[in-house]
Amino acid sequence: MADLNVNIGDLRLKNPVMTASGTFGYGEEFEDFIDVSRIGGIIVKGTTLHKREGNPYPRMAETPAGMLNAVGLQNKGVHYFADHIYPRIKHIDTNIIVNVSGSAIEDYVETAQIINSLDNISAIELNISCPNVKEGGMAFGVTTTGAASVVNAVRKAYDKTLIVKLSPNVTDIAEIARAVEANGADSVSLINTLLGMAIDVERRKPLLSTVTGGLSGPAVKPVALRMVWQVAKAVKIPVIGMGGIMDWKDAIEFILAGASAIQIGTANFIDPTVCVKVEDGINNYLNKHKYQSITDIIGALEI
Amino acid sequence: MQGKSRINTLLFIHMKKYILDLVVSENIQLNDNYVLLKMTAPTELPDMLPGQFAELEVEGSSKTFLRRPISINFIDKDNNEVWFLIQLVGDGTRHLAAVKRGQTINVILPLGNSFTMPENASERLLLVGGGVGTAPMLFLGEQLSKKGFTPNFLLGARSQNDLLQLNEFTQYGNVFTTTEDGSMGEKGYVTQHSLLSTQTFNKIYTCGPKPMMMAVAKYAKTNNIECEVSLENTMACGFGVCLCCVENTTEGHICVCKEGPVFNIKKLLWQI
Repeated sequence: MADLNVNIGDLRLKNPVMTASGTFGYGEEFEDFIDVSRIGGIIVKGTTLHKREGNPYPRMAETPAGMLNAVGLQNKGVHYFADHIYPRIKHIDTNIIVNVSGSAIEDYVETAQIINSLDNISAIELNISCPNVKEGGMAFGVTTTGAASVVNAVRKAYDKTLIVKLSPNVTDIAEIARAVEANGADSVSLINTLLGMAIDVERRKPLLSTVTGGLSGPAVKPVALRMVWQVAKAVKIPVIGMGGIMDWKDAIEFILAGASAIQIGTANFIDPTVCVKVEDGINNYLNKHKYQSITDIIGALEI
Repeated sequence: MQGKSRINTLLFIHMKKYILDLVVSENIQLNDNYVLLKMTAPTELPDMLPGQFAELEVEGSSKTFLRRPISINFIDKDNNEVWFLIQLVGDGTRHLAAVKRGQTINVILPLGNSFTMPENASERLLLVGGGVGTAPMLFLGEQLSKKGFTPNFLLGARSQNDLLQLNEFTQYGNVFTTTEDGSMGEKGYVTQHSLLSTQTFNKIYTCGPKPMMMAVAKYAKTNNIECEVSLENTMACGFGVCLCCVENTTEGHICVCKEGPVFNIKKLLWQI
């Protein structure tokens, strides 16, 4: 058995497999299917300061090798999370990470402060890249100044590991990553969904209530892999790669491109056991190629 | 005023979900648009309730990425079978319908809540189904019949050829039909059937196209009859994590896949 431990800043993961926010609920939903404590890190649903109802239905459209969503950060707010959900999930024996979103810098900061007080939440993933909310969200993540200002403010309010989730809907993602690193992020995760749309030709109407939404699934994988490779070269902090990972082979591609850990998102909808299968597959790959540790292959792409 | 208020909320009971490779024991082409898949498993199938559904994996279709949510049509305990009525809508359902006897389909089940059983043995029950929405009515009707009720099935379709499983329905209750072209039963829509003006009911269950369910719900509301509808909002996961299939209700946006698919109409915000 190879050593699968990886470090993301001060955060130690028992293996590099994490779940992408918004695709794994709060972990409990998968307890019928797998031992969720086997996952290296569970990133729970995007959480905001106040309750959000999200966008109107319809919110989803299937696309070739993927799907569009326009959920719009539906959640019950950070206070509800801390009072009602956290007590139910804090016993799970792995890293529980909260994805934090907001529409103003003060909201991000206040939400991060509340999460900071929860002992068994080991990190936050700052979402500056949600394409489905009108204010905030992606607006912070598409300029270096926007990204820098929100990360700077949250860094001052949050002691533990700070991961920042980047948007692919930019001209130069490496530039954003560098700005985030310079302002105190411990890690960057990428990519969030790609902005897209789909049309019902019979009704001449968009398939999503919001017209545009976020594309995920294998369709985005080559774009995600390229961006992870670019960002890993541009920053010194660990990179967490995601975007269309369906199996261990996809995961290894991201790790070779420079990701220290990976997140599995949309694949959870189709196979709720995929995370543990990917972990097993990574282990088999390392054994087959006689690597002692997962760290031996991070960024080991030969060009 | 009623002396005793009735419980209108649907109980949420956690039932363990399973991922199973089910084996096709029969694939019966009912007509050009519908296939009935009878599936079995090497071990005893888990308990399922009427109104619940399964997520079926689609293999071999390049246009299909997600599983397909299909309601439980019937449970044949003696043969350890679960039945799925598949309407051929797109590439995904066409691939599902093309499976042959002996092949397997990976299935997640049971998902969602269920129709609630009536409280009172004297209640007169109406089960209204349209199109593929007749599927859960068979399982529900059989369960009601087992409990001593005589369900009244009101089934609607475009024409006689689209009225499915009538022999099965007849075993469990009284069957009334409407067709849009008048080829069988009364001509018109289910809500125009004379049954609704000549008989009274205590509870209505319905599943079918949304305009039909809204018309049935309106009839129920107008006549002060308890009514449960089964929704089929587009979903990605089927077990409450993607938050794509939400319905706007008196409690805000809630997932059809987890808190539904069955809703009491009092919980919905339909303009009826």
